[in-house]
Parts: sequence; structure tokens; C-alpha cells
Amino acid sequence: MMLHRRHFIATAGAAGLLAASSPRLSLAAAGTDRRLVLIVLRGAMDGLGAVVPYADPDYRSVRGTLALAEPGQEGGVLDLDGRFGLHPVLAPLHEWWGQKQLLAVHAIATPYRDRSHFDAQDLLDTGGIRAGDDSGWLNRALARLDGGGKGLGLSLGQGVPLVLRGSVPVASWAPSPLPEPTMDFMDRVAGLYSNDPVLGPALMAGLGVADMANGMDGNKKRDGGKDRLILAETAGRMLSDPAGPRIATLELSGWDTHVGQGTLQGRLPNALGQLAETMVALRTSMQAVWDQTLIAVVTEFGRTIRPNGTGGTDHGTAGVALLAGGALNGGRVLGDWPGLRDDKLFEGRDLAPTTDMRALLKGVLVGHLGLPAADIDRYVFPEAKSVRALPELVRA
Amino acid sequence: MVMTTAPGTLAAHALSRFGFGAGPGDLDRVKSDPRGWVESQLTPRPLPAIVADHQGSAPRVADMAAARKAKGEVEEMAKKRGREQYRADIAIRTRLAAGSDAPLQERLVQFWSNHFTVSTQRPVIAPLGLAYENEAIRPHILGNFRDMARAAILHPAMLIYLDNAQSIGPDSKAGQKRDKGLNENLGREALELHLLGVDGGYHQDDVRAMALVLTGWTLDEERGTATFAPRRHQPGEKVLLGQRIPESGIAEAAAAIDMLCAHPATANHVAQRLARHFIADNPPPAAVTALAKAFRDSRGDLAHVTATLVKMDAAWAQPLAKMRSPNDFITATLRASAAEIPDDRIVNAMNLLGQMPFAAPSPAGWPDKAADWTGPDAILRRIDWSLAFGQRVGAKLDARSFIDTALGDLADDGLRQAVARAPSPAEALGLVLSSPAFQRR
Repeated sequence: MMLHRRHFIATAGAAGLLAASSPRLSLAAAGTDRRLVLIVLRGAMDGLGAVVPYADPDYRSVRGTLALAEPGQEGGVLDLDGRFGLHPVLAPLHEWWGQKQLLAVHAIATPYRDRSHFDAQDLLDTGGIRAGDDSGWLNRALARLDGGGKGLGLSLGQGVPLVLRGSVPVASWAPSPLPEPTMDFMDRVAGLYSNDPVLGPALMAGLGVADMANGMDGNKKRDGGKDRLILAETAGRMLSDPAGPRIATLELSGWDTHVGQGTLQGRLPNALGQLAETMVALRTSMQAVWDQTLIAVVTEFGRTIRPNGTGGTDHGTAGVALLAGGALNGGRVLGDWPGLRDDKLFEGRDLAPTTDMRALLKGVLVGHLGLPAADIDRYVFPEAKSVRALPELVRA
Repeated sequence: MVMTTAPGTLAAHALSRFGFGAGPGDLDRVKSDPRGWVESQLTPRPLPAIVADHQGSAPRVADMAAARKAKGEVEEMAKKRGREQYRADIAIRTRLAAGSDAPLQERLVQFWSNHFTVSTQRPVIAPLGLAYENEAIRPHILGNFRDMARAAILHPAMLIYLDNAQSIGPDSKAGQKRDKGLNENLGREALELHLLGVDGGYHQDDVRAMALVLTGWTLDEERGTATFAPRRHQPGEKVLLGQRIPESGIAEAAAAIDMLCAHPATANHVAQRLARHFIADNPPPAAVTALAKAFRDSRGDLAHVTATLVKMDAAWAQPLAKMRSPNDFITATLRASAAEIPDDRIVNAMNLLGQMPFAAPSPAGWPDKAADWTGPDAILRRIDWSLAFGQRVGAKLDARSFIDTALGDLADDGLRQAVARAPSPAEALGLVLSSPAFQRR
């Protein structure tokens, strides 16, 4: 018999070592069937390169060498609604659009108006609470779910991003080729960690999810550059498990396209291709619960409208966010489009923000996870009480 | 605040807080005067031979540039060579830190190299990381911050990593001729990350001004060095934080960097980062203030700033307040065990535990708080790795004496008992490495 870490959790309590100090991770306390995957694009995606405003009269002149062709032309964008088109490398997601399982919000931004990645990411992760605070909005949202959210949060990767850090214990998982210690050894380590306020809870949370990943068919191990896909596939299977996590985060990097951003080839199409691949892998592996699933794709800010001097774009302001999933009321581009005319730009260089990122995130929490709006105003986004949640994001 | 008083504990604290933990004989050596041992490392020493013998960045930059022009198989071979050099460099750097008799200096090298990060997020950086650290950082760890900042910001690796090598002044001769121009990346990160800090009071206009000052700094691809190309430099006066930088071509960058180094925001920024690294995740504000004052008073003399730090009671007050990063954990394991580990295993361990040197996820460098390194999977993986290490060397290393070598008085009764009761030497060693005392510093 394989000795799995989840069994360890179940038996270790009886051994008495863990029960004294650590809350046992309960994997089946979910009061919701809904699944949410938050994909954070680190480095600031160029929204104009992903969801292209090809019908804007100023698009071609301001984008210059970075402009993409019209729909129907070779290498042209894939039309969404006559105004916007998807980058052609996002073709798999264009099919989802046809199924009303994709939605874009354009000219969206957090309240942050400077251009530091690191502060902007902090703000995106904390949900508007000043940088330095160590509690993410998604963790605070978890705490409002039935059962206090224990066992429902999963970070895909070794660490936990700030957006998912906070009072509710969450798990993290990444593929590893290291052999797994025996239950007995882990029991001994747990004994050493029982009084450590950081290592103890981290160990418990890790044990809760490790076996779940290993129990998945094939016990997939690391495979060179394919880690990202293994991550997505395994995550999809864990999220599909009725006793598994409900909310997961995944970070993708490679979006800081200062140089060689490219149109059909280059850094941005590479990154967009990886995003599409990851989302397809998620969908394939969570077919069983796809109808209850929403994927939200966000980034810390947009990039400059005009190319810089080196075939790239610099740090900007508003950008684009995507929602996808079987639960989505999609097939729409939301947000007021401010236009690309000189006098419409933010500080003469960036797409002007017209939608607050927190309106989208609130809309997801209310519409999809069913969190009461009052709880969100009080606990999740206390700085954004006046920001109205985007309505009707989810299928009736 | 808990003050450390017992000499054994103080020695173990000195070794792990200011170095990479204790190796065989270290605790005995340091015990009589832990503070004196730390302070004795504040005088610059000759370059370690392994550093002096290193190939350096110039031939590697030139090699890569030539291969890129040749394209095809030659370029592929050069990329492969670059990856091999990178792996060899990681092993060199780790062994150097693990074996050093002035480990504070190695820790300072790594700290400052992380402050002025270059990263393999741009794969072309891989073979340049260690050379950059040796050339731009190492000579200045106990010199002047200003010299380090100049050397780092204008080093070929940084010019490549943050795109300045391609940035061109829009009104320069080259800019007028070609449809090319400014890239703000290095200008912005120099202000935000290297010098003033994000709350340092600069604005978008200052970012642009700094980027314009830096135009012209590019690569001499044949020689593989940084060079100043006047044709690419934006002409005219620049205004940076309200101060005029008169047109002076090649001299502008140094003038701007010097001015920014003397700005009080830079002193605060550097003090905050040092205190976080050497004292606690949330260091006492008084310690930060004192370090900033030392920085200002000495005009960035890092020997003075570091001396102020290591003499501070705050730096000795909270043993084990910091979590070891994967890099520190692996280095400490090598030092403590003195085990013979092949280069490849060292490099693979760094990769597995999520901290390949010179591969920080962004120009901000590796994060420096416990929460950044204690994700549940990260902790499980350290435990898995600890046991695997135990299985490899456990037969040669008695965990009971290993505790005394590595932790001394930092090991509590619980750990000693667990080791005594462990069913195999491998597991006993795995337990010591996994233990809270060994995971912290």
C-alpha cells in the first residue's frame, strides 16, 4: 500500500503529536461548489496587445510598429464584437468566446497610479490596503466562506503569493522529483515543528495537499519546461475533487515587455501563448466541474500606448482583465472605452482607467462565490465601499 | 526582546546571522569573542583566488555577441556553453560562501548583489551573473556605496538586463537618424530599487530624466565591455529631482548617481533593506534610523555602515528571527556538513528549492521575509530534500556530533531527543536539517 501524506494527516491526530498544536486541515468543509482560479500575470501585460481595439480610429497611428492587422487579414486579430479583437495566438480562447465562456474588461486598473511593479502588485494582492500589510484579499474572502475557508485555498507553486496569504491556512503545491519521506519521518518532523508559529502551520497545510496531488493518475513528475502545464493539469484535477480545494492561484511571468515585445512573434505573443495553453490545460483537467468554474486573469497595470524606442512598451496604467469558465455569462467586452486620442490618454501616454479592478473582483466574489456584499465591504475590500461590483458576470 | 547572553548561543548566532552558519570547529573558534569575530571581518581582504581566476564578463559578452551574429549552430553552441558556465558559476559561488573564513563578507556580497539584481529572467544574463557580482559588487562591499552603484548600474550585465544597451536619446544623432529611441527600464529601477526607493519622492518626469541621462551607455560588443556612445546620448540639460544635470555626455551618469546616492531617501532605503536582512523581517525603527544616519554621516561608507550594524544590540537581540532562504539553507548545509557534494547536486538543489542564484523573479531581487519562503510546498520540499541529503551522507556523518557542529546551544532538548531516537542515521540527519533551529538564522 502506498503511504500517502493525506493518510498521515488522518492518522497523525491519533498519534497525538499534531493534534495538540495544529488545526487539522479539513479538506471537505466546502460550503460552495464553485471553483475560482485566479491567474496573476506578473510584470504588467500589455492590454492593447492582448485585446486589441482595432476599430479605434487612433489605434494604428499610436501603436505604430506594434499594431496588428484587421480581422480577416493574414495575422489579423480575431474579432470579438466589432470593436475589439483577440491576439491571434489566443485562438483557443476565441473558441471559448463563441461559447460565451470568455469575457474581457478593458481600460481596467487598480487605484494605483504610479508605475512600480512591486507596489502595484502589492496593491493588486492586498486589494487596496497599503503595501506592507500581509493579508491578501483572496485570503480574506476565503475567511468569509462557510467553514472559514479552511482547506479551500491552494497556491500553485512552492510559495504562497500575497493575494492568498493571511489568517486562513492555505496549501501550496508544485511538481517535485524528490522522493517522499515516510509517514513516520514526517511525524517526527511535525513534532519538532509543533511550537513553531511559521513552520508548524506551513507543514500541516502542505501535507494536506501533497498526497492529493500524488494520488492523481500517473503521479506526474517534473518534466523540464512543462512544469507550468503539469501545474495546471494537476491543479485542475485537485479542484475537481469534491473534497479538494475550491480556490487556486497561479502566477505567470514574462509580461514585462520593455524590448522586443513583437506582434506575431516576440515576448508578448510568447507569453500570451503560454497563458492560452495554461487555460486550456485547466479546462481539460476540470471538465467535470467546468460549469461551476470561473478563471480570472489579472495583471498589475497596463503598458504605454506607444512603443518605446526599443520595440517594446514601458510601464503604463490601465490594461485588460479576462474572465473565463463554464459558469461565465461571457461573450462580452465590458468597460467604458476611453479611446486612444491624445487628449483622452492618462498623462499623455497611457490608456486611461475607467473601471476599478475591485469592481470586477467584487463582482466575482458576489456573483460567483456568493459572498454577501456587506462582508466584502467590511472585510475583503474595506477601502472600496463606494466601488460597485460588476453585475451579472455569472450565468443565471 | 530576548537578549542572547550565553557564549555558546552568542557564537552560534554570530555565525548564522552574519555568515552562513557554523562549520566544523567554528563554534569553538568563535566562542571566546563572537562580536570580535564578526568585527574582525570588516577590513577588506584580497580577492579569493577562485574569483581572481574567473574568466570575467568581457570575454563572455563578446563571445555571445559574436555567436549571435554568426547565428545557427554557432549561436546554439554558445547558448549551451552559457548555460554550462552558469551552472559552474553557481557551484563556485556556493562553495566560496560555504567555505569562507570571512563569511560576513560573502553574505555582504550576496546581499548587495541581490540589491542590484541582474537575473536570468533574461536568459542571456546566465553566464554573466557571477562575473557581474565579482566585478561590480565584491570590490565595494566595504568601500563606498556610490562606487558600487556606479559599477553596478553601468555594468554590461545591468545594461543588458534592464535594456539600457538599446536605449537611444530621441534627439541624439542616432535617434534622429533611426526610428529608435528611449527605454525607461533602467532609469526607473535605478531610482526605485537601487537608490531612492519607491517612496523616495521621484515622479515620472524624473524616471524619464534618469533614462535620458543614461542614454549612450551601451555595449562594445567586440570587447564585451560597457561603453559610452555619444551618438546615442540625449543632448541637453536634464532635470532630476529638481536638480540640474548640465550636459556633459559621459559624465552625466556618474553625476546623477552621485547626486542620488547623497539623497536622504537613498540612506533610508539602504538602511531599511540592511536592517531587514540582518535584524528581523520587521526591524526596530530605531535601528533603521541609526543605520540611515551612519550612511548619511559617512557619505555611504559601507565599512562604517556595516560596523554600525554589527555593533548594534538590535542585531544580536533576536536569535533565529530570520528564516533561511533556500540559498542560505543549502549553503549552511554544505558548511555544516563539510560533505563532498558534486557541483551538479548543489545546482540542482538550488533549483529544486526555488532559488537559483542570479535568477530572481524580478529586478527587485529575491524577497527577504519569512512569508516569502515558507509556502507549504516549499517547506515540504525542504524536508524532502533534508531527508534525501541525510540518505546520501548520513552514513558518514553522525547526527549527534553534527548537531554540536551546526547548532551547538541553539539545539533544544526536543531536537536532541528526536535525533537520539531516530531510526536511522539518515533520518537523524534529516531531522537536524529540517529542524526549526537549522531553518532559521
